[in-house]
Amino acid sequence: MKQQISTINKSTFPAKALAVVASLLIAVGVMAFAINDKPDASKTDTSYVVKKDSVASVKAFKQVYTVLMSARCMNCHPSGDIPLQGDDNHLHTMAPKRGIDGKGVYAMKCANCHQPTNTPGLHMPPGNPNWHLPPANMKMVFQGRTPRQLAQQLVDPKRNGNKGMKKLIEHADDGLVLAGWNPGDGRTLPPMSHAAFKKAWITWLTTGAYAPSAKAK
Amino acid sequence: MITLTVNGQKHKVDADPNMPLLWAIRDIIGLTGTKYGCGAAQCGACTVHLNGESVRSCVTKLSRAAGQQVVTIEGLSANNNHPLQQAWNELNVPQCGYCQSGQLMSAAVLLRENPQPTDQDIDDAMSGNICRCGTYQRIRSAIHLAAELQRKAMASK
Repeated sequence: MKQQISTINKSTFPAKALAVVASLLIAVGVMAFAINDKPDASKTDTSYVVKKDSVASVKAFKQVYTVLMSARCMNCHPSGDIPLQGDDNHLHTMAPKRGIDGKGVYAMKCANCHQPTNTPGLHMPPGNPNWHLPPANMKMVFQGRTPRQLAQQLVDPKRNGNKGMKKLIEHADDGLVLAGWNPGDGRTLPPMSHAAFKKAWITWLTTGAYAPSAKAK
Repeated sequence: MITLTVNGQKHKVDADPNMPLLWAIRDIIGLTGTKYGCGAAQCGACTVHLNGESVRSCVTKLSRAAGQQVVTIEGLSANNNHPLQQAWNELNVPQCGYCQSGQLMSAAVLLRENPQPTDQDIDDAMSGNICRCGTYQRIRSAIHLAAELQRKAMASK
């Protein structure tokens, strides 16, 4: 009997070994996302299945990148502590500062001028009930990031606000993200519709969230 | 009808909820210390406190103030004796004076949140209040003096 098992093992070894190795690789891949997904570990998200496809993923991210680097997104993800304004991304007039919570400081808090809704009129302050920059301990900088750097940052929970897959996907419909497509009079829109952006965003994430090569611009 | 509390007094205002709070304060309630400067939240002359925060009343809808606490320059102190007002008098800060009520209301938030501000803190807090006479140096000195007066007043209690 012992010999028989041994024989069977020998004869099926290559196939089995391959299967084990493949399983391990898949498991490692899943674990990689599972680690990223730690904040949502208690909730199982069955809506989206990751099907790795590096080509489709990088292609989708190129679209995502054009939106995130547009003024409507990047102006509130500055490399410094002063938000940006305009299509030329100049420093916000009056130089309001980020503050610890991202909502400004002292008499210069975002909500002092930015109302819950857009103020009517050309170039008047845009509005949102939750207007703010990312907080000081999680700056989530877009300005100056290459496609590769930004892609890596977006899926790193230590740099993306502790978001896992589910929260990243949900973030496409966040109120402040949506505000980019309702920026108030006199401001250009992101380079594609919100629906097209959301589709590219989800495609990028669900095909493995691959980062473009370092040479990609 | 919108009810709001201004300087501790309840007011019922019969106006469009979209009316800027500034017009309700000045034209309906009759408190004209708060000034109209730019109408676009760019200059700070219209600054008042809404639940303690220094909002620009020219772009703040009356509806946002419904049921809330508003304080204008007239309500900053009982007898013009807020440390900032004392310091402003002591150092003759205003020139034309048009922006000064907004300057004081912004400075009051700074002093409340940071009783010992540095020059940088003052710049960070006051950079949204423009003075066409350029009294910025005196404003900065007066905020330092007010901080000192405030500390002394606290110490003597």
